Amino acid sequence: MGGSSIGEGTLSLGDFVASAKALIEKWKVIDVEDSLPDWQWKPCGKTGVPSEEEGYLALEGVYRNPGGRHAQSSSECVHIYDYHVVYSFSYKVPVLYFQGHQAGGQLLTLDEIKEDLPSHSLKLLGESKWTFITWEEHPHFSRPWFTLHPCGTSDCMKLLLEGVENKDQHVQYLPAWLSVVGQAVGLKIPLELYASGLKTQE
Amino acid sequence: MAAQRDDEAGWSAEAARRVWGGAVPLQVHLHDADVTTLPPPPPFLTLGPRIGYLPLLVPIIKAHFSSTLPPGIDTVWFEYKGLPLKWYIPIGVLYDILCADPERPWNLTVHFRGYPSEILTPCDGEDSVKWSYMNSLKEAAFIITGNSKNVMNMSQADQGALWQSVMKGNLDGYMNISTRLKLGPFEEDCLVRTSSVEGQQGSDEPESPGSGKPFILWLGRVPVRLYVRSVQEDLYDLEDALPVGDWESISYINRPFEVRREEGRSYITLEHALKTLLPEFFSSKASRIPDDSETAPQAPDSAPNDDSDVTPRSCEKLESSASSSPQEANVANKDKIVKLVRVQGIEVDMDIPFLWVANNLKNPECYLHICVYVGTRKREPKDGR
Repeated sequence: MGGSSIGEGTLSLGDFVASAKALIEKWKVIDVEDSLPDWQWKPCGKTGVPSEEEGYLALEGVYRNPGGRHAQSSSECVHIYDYHVVYSFSYKVPVLYFQGHQAGGQLLTLDEIKEDLPSHSLKLLGESKWTFITWEEHPHFSRPWFTLHPCGTSDCMKLLLEGVENKDQHVQYLPAWLSVVGQAVGLKIPLELYASGLKTQE
Repeated sequence: MAAQRDDEAGWSAEAARRVWGGAVPLQVHLHDADVTTLPPPPPFLTLGPRIGYLPLLVPIIKAHFSSTLPPGIDTVWFEYKGLPLKWYIPIGVLYDILCADPERPWNLTVHFRGYPSEILTPCDGEDSVKWSYMNSLKEAAFIITGNSKNVMNMSQADQGALWQSVMKGNLDGYMNISTRLKLGPFEEDCLVRTSSVEGQQGSDEPESPGSGKPFILWLGRVPVRLYVRSVQEDLYDLEDALPVGDWESISYINRPFEVRREEGRSYITLEHALKTLLPEFFSSKASRIPDDSETAPQAPDSAPNDDSDVTPRSCEKLESSASSSPQEANVANKDKIVKLVRVQGIEVDMDIPFLWVANNLKNPECYLHICVYVGTRKREPKDGR
């Protein structure tokens, strides 16, 4: 459809869905930090959209202690994050949406989320307020979520997938993408997800 | 041939003038909670440009209400019949989708406190609107040309001037800069020829031949944003539609229309484009299904008729276990019919060439916003959030 090509750093919807489902399975097999839940595939419930094929990838309920504080911090200090990966038909790439809330359910503000971001992201955020992490309407909920702007994704992915064999590219796309995007928001993605991907497939 | 092109250019210029000149008469009331004086101030009357955005009206509205506002920091937002209005949707689109029967003047309520941050993304006034606009333009550029370089490489001065022209409704100023972005017009023969290449070098545009020759590119995709509102199926008159209570009841679909060369027809109608973008609303018609799908997935034993299994996409089913069984959503999708299609306040004829609509009724961020009213017998179960 429309000349989507992984060589160009973009994905078709079909490739996105396939890559997402492969990632869900691989995540279960590899060694993941205990604090990280499983990824899930959520179908889209929106009017007007053929729901069979559309949906998004979700990692929900990720606990983080802001500022590197450890187990002794009180439960009010805990930040709980939801990460969603949604396909962008415009850019033909995955887009990360995320939001954080406190244990009591109150949504985190950008200032509170900053406590959990790695320093290189804070620097970028200071330099480009409007084009790095921004508030956007979540495509499936029509509510504001934070998002990483996708306009540079395809260029970045072109480089990342250069060495990967053609037949594996669509499977490797999301792990490679997550390894970059995860770093930007401080979500630790096990190296194994990307690196050992080719071997663990059976 | 040349004369015909001149004719078309004349029509397009006229259409653009009308789109840019379009405005919604607004009667803005100050919310009770923000009134600190007696008697309460009279409402404020103004014209909201269709291609404009509500936060851009705040300076004049605030000036009108300034004597009665409570002290403190303002967080301004607008509301219509209890629904907080999304500030990043153009005023004309808000009006077209929320007022089934055009209300004149349009009675809005302005709030200066209590921003509903769970529903609306934060807005820091003009800066937020400008960046929302620029991001949309970037997205449209990516859809049309396959990258956003033309927009990203604009000089700060040009970016500023482009935004000023949109904000002030200055069409000539806008055309001066926007034609250089080479984002249109779309042509029926699937070629795009920008007329303004002469006299400028394609310095920031690697694909451009850079000379006086017309710049040509293959047309693939048209930026479209759809707003689908469900109304009661048995409604005789749209003016009796219940007001929109929450944004969940309007489906927002931000998705390009892909033009394919193998259409085998002289031109693409608006109806065909909508059928492709919103297959479920058109599938119950006895007329033919869009013929550009190579392998429409079938669900042979699950559905009683041809209403529920049409997904004209080339994408293969990936998890056959889930998709081959009848799904609730599909069952609920029956009995939906399109009642009204509105673009720039106009009820558009479905037989109009789609690319004409895209070229002439688009907004300044190069998106075509289409409002669709759909009659629904049964409300779909909402997603749990």
